[in-house]
Amino acid sequence: MRRSLRQLIWPLVALALLLVFNAVASPSFFHVQFVNGRLSGAAIDVLNQGAPVMLLALGMTLVIGTGGIDLSVGAVMAVAGALAAKLLHLDAPVALAIVAALGVCVAAGIWNGGLVTVASIPPIVATLIFMVAGRGIAQLITDGQIITINPGSSFTVIGRGVIGGLPVPVVIALSAALVIAAIVRLTSLGVFIEAIGGNEEASRYAGINVRWIRLSVYAIMGLLAGLAGLIDTADIAAADANNSGLYLELDAILAVVIGGTALTGGRFSLLGALVGAIIIQTLSTTILMTTFRGHSVPPEFNLVIKAIVVLMVCLLQSDELRRMVLQVRRVQG
Amino acid sequence: MADALIEMRGIVKTYPGVAALDGVDFSLRAGEIHALVGENGAGKSTLIKILTGAERRDRGTVTLEGAAIDPRTPVQAQRLGIATVYQEVNLIPDLTVAENILLGREPRGRLGAIRWGEMMRRAQQVVDKLGLHVDIAEPLRACSIAVQQMIAVARAIDQHAKVLVLDEPTSSLDATETAQLFALMRRLREAGMGIIFITHFLDQVYEVSDRITVLRGGRLVDTHVTNELPRLALVAQMLGKSIEDVSKSESRGRPAADSSQQECLRASRVFKRNAVQSFDLSLKAGEVLGLAGLLGSGRTEVVRLLFGIDQRDGGELSICGESIGHHSPRRAIKAGMALTPEDRRAAGLVPHLSVRENMLLALQGAKGWARRVSVREQQAIADRYVRALSISTPDIEKPVSQLSGGNQQKVILARWLLMEPTILMLDEPTRGIDIGAKEQIELLIDELRSNGMALIFISGELDEVVRVSQRIMVLRDRAPVGELSGENLNTHAVMRQIAGETAGQAHA
Repeated sequence: MRRSLRQLIWPLVALALLLVFNAVASPSFFHVQFVNGRLSGAAIDVLNQGAPVMLLALGMTLVIGTGGIDLSVGAVMAVAGALAAKLLHLDAPVALAIVAALGVCVAAGIWNGGLVTVASIPPIVATLIFMVAGRGIAQLITDGQIITINPGSSFTVIGRGVIGGLPVPVVIALSAALVIAAIVRLTSLGVFIEAIGGNEEASRYAGINVRWIRLSVYAIMGLLAGLAGLIDTADIAAADANNSGLYLELDAILAVVIGGTALTGGRFSLLGALVGAIIIQTLSTTILMTTFRGHSVPPEFNLVIKAIVVLMVCLLQSDELRRMVLQVRRVQG
Repeated sequence: MADALIEMRGIVKTYPGVAALDGVDFSLRAGEIHALVGENGAGKSTLIKILTGAERRDRGTVTLEGAAIDPRTPVQAQRLGIATVYQEVNLIPDLTVAENILLGREPRGRLGAIRWGEMMRRAQQVVDKLGLHVDIAEPLRACSIAVQQMIAVARAIDQHAKVLVLDEPTSSLDATETAQLFALMRRLREAGMGIIFITHFLDQVYEVSDRITVLRGGRLVDTHVTNELPRLALVAQMLGKSIEDVSKSESRGRPAADSSQQECLRASRVFKRNAVQSFDLSLKAGEVLGLAGLLGSGRTEVVRLLFGIDQRDGGELSICGESIGHHSPRRAIKAGMALTPEDRRAAGLVPHLSVRENMLLALQGAKGWARRVSVREQQAIADRYVRALSISTPDIEKPVSQLSGGNQQKVILARWLLMEPTILMLDEPTRGIDIGAKEQIELLIDELRSNGMALIFISGELDEVVRVSQRIMVLRDRAPVGELSGENLNTHAVMRQIAGETAGQAHA
């Protein structure tokens, strides 16, 4: 426990700094109201809009824990949305649309995992294939059009509904986090993932079923990406195969890294990845809300500012850099 | 020595905590092939690294043709005329042979463009000079490993090399390929080059080398003219014994195993190409079978095949009466087998996991991910084994990487002991650990054996194998060469078999 807390310190410090900045720059950030049976305010929006990346980051943590990576998650999101929307468009029941979409996403995950484990293709290449193919499949499903969903359909609850005052996406993301954490930490899956990422050869010698474990993390990743895709599609009540989930694989990987899990695999932190995802979303919201002498920050600055903040979080976590800084100060002092 | 090409004197190199080289002298003449031999930790590779600029020496002098040199990088050493070819071919398989030979020093024309014609001409010259029959326009990957190896040599010596270092060049070559490489080495020797040849294969030492330098534990044992040094004496020096010691043969193995015990492991005509030749092996409950041989003799390969790390190419294998087809570590563990690997770091430990997690890894692996051993039970087991094996660690939640080598080894032992295996295979369990821990492990092996466990024990220390085992299978150059037990089991007999005195004298 102590070790995992120590890992979490720097991401939490970064989040706290962001929040302090918000508290000063735009006091309305923390203004949470209870309106029409739901909580609303910027802080809730952060969680709501951050839900897809939180889901992706959870799965990505496991994949990265085994020493792998999954670049296809954005494309898998697009497939989930496209398939669900298409089925709804054909008057299929909502439940069927959801189950079918998630099922296909799990299959996509197994495909990725199969390429990695059975065909021994490096994960970055194996998942790059579906990153391209998945978006193509989504475009084929939608015939290259944006398929809209009847805003009255109960499907849209996934993206816009409210449970107990909280937006449904937040409820889904937090439940998924609890379920994944329970599966990973109450069984031996977590230790096996860390063992494989830490030393695959030793894991094989110890009789761990390395292939099966790797395959299952990619399958779980597929399921979570599917959920993220459904949220995204339900939220805008339309499946946009070209843009749904675009570049979100990068946000998810960033969230994992910010959360203190090494890209080389081994020890991982689910909580860290959630904090990482929240940092990323907070940042986007902060940039939107911040005004300087009455002017808001032009949107074209977003990505650059985001990159700079992420860089700083990563540098904060670098033991190497901290040691160098301390040494320089010692020499000067 | 007037004709010395390289003269290294009093070389000292210390790594944190270890003296890798302690005052080693080495000399190489022009026109000789000089074998450099020694077991693990002898200091061969450190000595070579110092010569080729990959490491700096702490003390000592190095001269090349009488002039003091101090190469700081491999490139500097190369400019001085010291060329090195490593075990793994460090070339680019997709480029052509010619491109590989001249990589990084292609003949350039105006505007820096490569002069292809000139390049082909020069590469052809290099290849012709060495008497290689290869098409220099072919991609390198089309060539056999041996030819690739020789092209690496060609590349290395094209830069006016006077000294050529070959670091285990033959370990992935078959007999014909090795012969080709040796022919090349002899031609280079005729041309006046000094060649340092590192190998684990004694036959090869006697086949090509003119002189032999033996290192042991970072010290120079001696340098000999090859045909004045009997094989047995060489083996004795590598293993740190004197011939007189050996002939007294004071260390004797344990009495033979109880023949009424049942057989729990049988291998017949098991082999794997390029790893180990066909061997038979049988093991009874309550017996320790030792595997003896020099480094690279095939000891590790045997247990890897038995444990299913590698698939055998042929032969029958049965564990506890169960015939094994497609093998895997999971299969072996299920049948009651355990293996502590030779390389703790690479194949044993998961460094950042705790002592407890490392210990429980195999048990949990056998149970599967869903049936988790409760944390309380894990702690109880870990505590028990920390006490039983007197592992010194402040607590069981410490990352295993922070423990000393001996304690790490005990953690891995604990991992397998708690599985209560029928067959326990220990590959170099005492390497790199302190004397106290070593003794404890020997005692433990004895105790396990008398409780009816079957063990296979590998160690590079001959005394230890003889002390611990009841029967010893001797391996040389990746093939079994004999078995010793009862009255015949003593260090002298094992050494004679390792040296292959009866069969191998012809080369000397």
